Amino acid sequence: MKLNRSEFIKYRENIKVKQPEETVILVGLGSCGIAAGAGKTFEAFQDEISSKNLSGITVKQTGCMGLCETEPTVEVRVPGMPDIIYGKVTPEIARKIIEKHVIRKILVNNLIQDKPSSDIMKKGEIDNAV
Amino acid sequence: MPYNHYILVSGDSESSLNRRNELISFFEKEIAGQNLTDDVQVVSTIDTSACGMEGPFIKILPENIYIHNLTPEKVRSIVQEHLAKGIPPEGTGTEADKQFRIVLRNCGVIDPERIEDYILRDGYSALEKVIFDMTPEQVIDEIRKSGLRGRGGAGFPTGLKWSFTKEASSDQKYVVCNADEGDPGAYMDRSTLEGDPHSVLEAMAIAGCAVGADTGYIYIRAEYPLAIKRLELAIKQATELGLLGDNILGSGFSFNIEIRYGAGAFVCGEETALLASLEGERGTPKPRPPFPAVKGLWGKPTVVNNVETFANIPVVILKGSSWFSSIGSEKSKGTKVFAVTGKVKNSGLVEVPMGTPLRDIIFSISGGIRDNKKFKAVQTGGPSGGVIPEQFLDTPIDYDNLTAIGSMMGSGGMIVMDEDDCMVDVNKFYLQFSVDESCGKCAPCRIGGRELLTYLEKISGGQGELEDIEKMKRIGKAMQKASLCALGQTTSNPIQSALKYFYNEYEDHIVHKKCTAGKCVSLLKFIIITDKCVKCGVCKRVCPVSAISGDRDSGFLIDQSKCIKCGLCREKCKFEAINKG
Amino acid sequence: MKEHIDQTIKLSPEILNHVREWKDKPGNLIMILHKVQEEYGYVPREAALKLTELLDIPLAKVYGVLTFYHLFKLKKPGKYPIQVCMGTACYLKGGEDIIRELENLLGIGVNQISEDGLFSIEAVRCIGCCGLAPVMTIGGEVFGKVKREQLAEILARFKE
Repeated sequence: MKLNRSEFIKYRENIKVKQPEETVILVGLGSCGIAAGAGKTFEAFQDEISSKNLSGITVKQTGCMGLCETEPTVEVRVPGMPDIIYGKVTPEIARKIIEKHVIRKILVNNLIQDKPSSDIMKKGEIDNAV
Repeated sequence: MPYNHYILVSGDSESSLNRRNELISFFEKEIAGQNLTDDVQVVSTIDTSACGMEGPFIKILPENIYIHNLTPEKVRSIVQEHLAKGIPPEGTGTEADKQFRIVLRNCGVIDPERIEDYILRDGYSALEKVIFDMTPEQVIDEIRKSGLRGRGGAGFPTGLKWSFTKEASSDQKYVVCNADEGDPGAYMDRSTLEGDPHSVLEAMAIAGCAVGADTGYIYIRAEYPLAIKRLELAIKQATELGLLGDNILGSGFSFNIEIRYGAGAFVCGEETALLASLEGERGTPKPRPPFPAVKGLWGKPTVVNNVETFANIPVVILKGSSWFSSIGSEKSKGTKVFAVTGKVKNSGLVEVPMGTPLRDIIFSISGGIRDNKKFKAVQTGGPSGGVIPEQFLDTPIDYDNLTAIGSMMGSGGMIVMDEDDCMVDVNKFYLQFSVDESCGKCAPCRIGGRELLTYLEKISGGQGELEDIEKMKRIGKAMQKASLCALGQTTSNPIQSALKYFYNEYEDHIVHKKCTAGKCVSLLKFIIITDKCVKCGVCKRVCPVSAISGDRDSGFLIDQSKCIKCGLCREKCKFEAINKG
Repeated sequence: MKEHIDQTIKLSPEILNHVREWKDKPGNLIMILHKVQEEYGYVPREAALKLTELLDIPLAKVYGVLTFYHLFKLKKPGKYPIQVCMGTACYLKGGEDIIRELENLLGIGVNQISEDGLFSIEAVRCIGCCGLAPVMTIGGEVFGKVKREQLAEILARFKE
């Protein structure tokens, strides 16, 4: 459906309103990540969520986070907890992340990676960063 | 229930691992002492975590506070004051991010295959603004004022380029995106296209609106199948919503984008060669002027920008030129993405404000040199750039500074070399590349490159003479002056800079017939150290050319005339009894 | 003089469709050659000849383009083409050693095909996985941080 300007503005507003507060798991599926096995990691998250009958969790693909050395990389966003990037996430680690981080709200040891930068598209973050 | 605070403990990998563990248990003891065990989690970060600082150090989340140089007193005060009572720890603050991501703003954040994700982050809002609320003059003026310069290498001001095409009168104009990322060791553009394809599409449409073009082409390496797939999908999604194609958002402005594949020719990164290739021909460059901005694709005025340049455009429009020009150095505005690879601990993509010192990129962000080796040099600009030695590590990176020290910005490849890398060998690698990629159209590049390579092979083969250096310099200068395009003009850059900063290595190869880094195999000799040898015979068994003779009684000997210097014997010897030198 | 065209080669309907789709677009030759190579793994001379008819262009033009670009192949590659990345990062981390070992193991040189037709070795430009250097791909599967000792085992997997 082709939008005109006002329809586009409405469409955009709708998307912004519809954003649910829920856990998001972002798996870096760029070429590097895929080469390092991120596809299997992605599946492991999905399998674990369905086998544990968990709800309110979205597993999403995203592009390269730029942390090539520690691919596959995954960002976990649980409401009420800081956003965390994990590196070297094998399917086994993926299951661990679901068990500890997502369900028990405990960060997983020895895999956390520093977030490369703030998000310039979020209001208020720009001033801090410059 | 989540904890209220998380303490992330990092350190400089193994060297400080013990101290890190001690620190963690100390923290845990103090936390338990304050009855905060349910309130705070202490967690160790990944081992290769970039820090480049003497570890260990901590980061407290969600406050985002970094604290270094921890003493027992400090830990105690953090726990008792900050964690227990919420008083901010003394003498610390939230550390400014080392990276600043404009181009990569959406990479690793959105699902590149969902246009909703892009629109949620104000995607296509810049295009909407340009079409409905701005005149083409205002758009170009905004880009010009932002100070944005072409990220493909030469750094030509983008606004100026667009204004040439806008002012050229023609019935047909084009916008071309150069996604032919040919520098071996650079993959910023691939990551951008894979992670955020819509940002480039939106920017191309903005350019089309500003210069009066209704057709765009993306010229992309065929070696990037995932980027192609995501671009195709993105074009389809944007067209379905009326954000690309005919009559965009009902405005009457139309812009269609088509993808065309490259086929593996580095020279096609040069804009006139790229256009020839787009026309389906051999990708050979043409003399400029006329510049493509005035006479480009099929003879029509054409804006050619690379992926990274385009990815900046929507942000410049949305946040304004003064915001953009507040970032970066005096003459180079905004950020630059680098693909930092080679001998660093953390290879990866790094986006930093222009003017960031090399040292910050290599040591703080990328973690410094791996395996405790010593930094030797960094090559920027790929085969067209040069090596930068240690003494310039504090140089703020921008277009002009890099040129001044004999390298160039290039597209963003940053290859870090350590003591095991030989400058003659690296020069030979780049020269081989440039010779392979020379299109053969002009003689200085075709013949000069070949000549330079011959000298390098002679030198690394142990046959070099001191006068070869002068000859190489002269050929290099001639190529700089007389070649038709940037490929030939810059082919000798790596050599010129290595001769300037690492002359001693050339001298070693030529005069002393020695390759200290042990890379030039003709100059190498593998010798069994009899004192260390236990006469096990493994070396003899693994030698693929039977160059090792002897038996377990009398010991073994390497026949230098048969040895092919593969190094297998040295690798397999458990007693380090074979010397390479 | 027109060259005799081998009638045994028949371009697939996919290629013919692709040619039809692109025929009237300017600058189409490279896109069409990509499609041919995608199907055959290289561009057979007979296919090139067919294209001259379909597109009404001289063979010299087709070969001019084919020989200019590194990606186009004129010789049939192995069933599992091995591509060893020789981008700078991979070179510094031992890409050359990988090639040498593959040559040893397969008894062939770069751009040659093994006797059983299974493998061919190719040195390619940066495939953009510098973080995983040294990198190679076999039949499209990517192998990162490759060590010389692993190669025999990896090849054996494909031989089965």
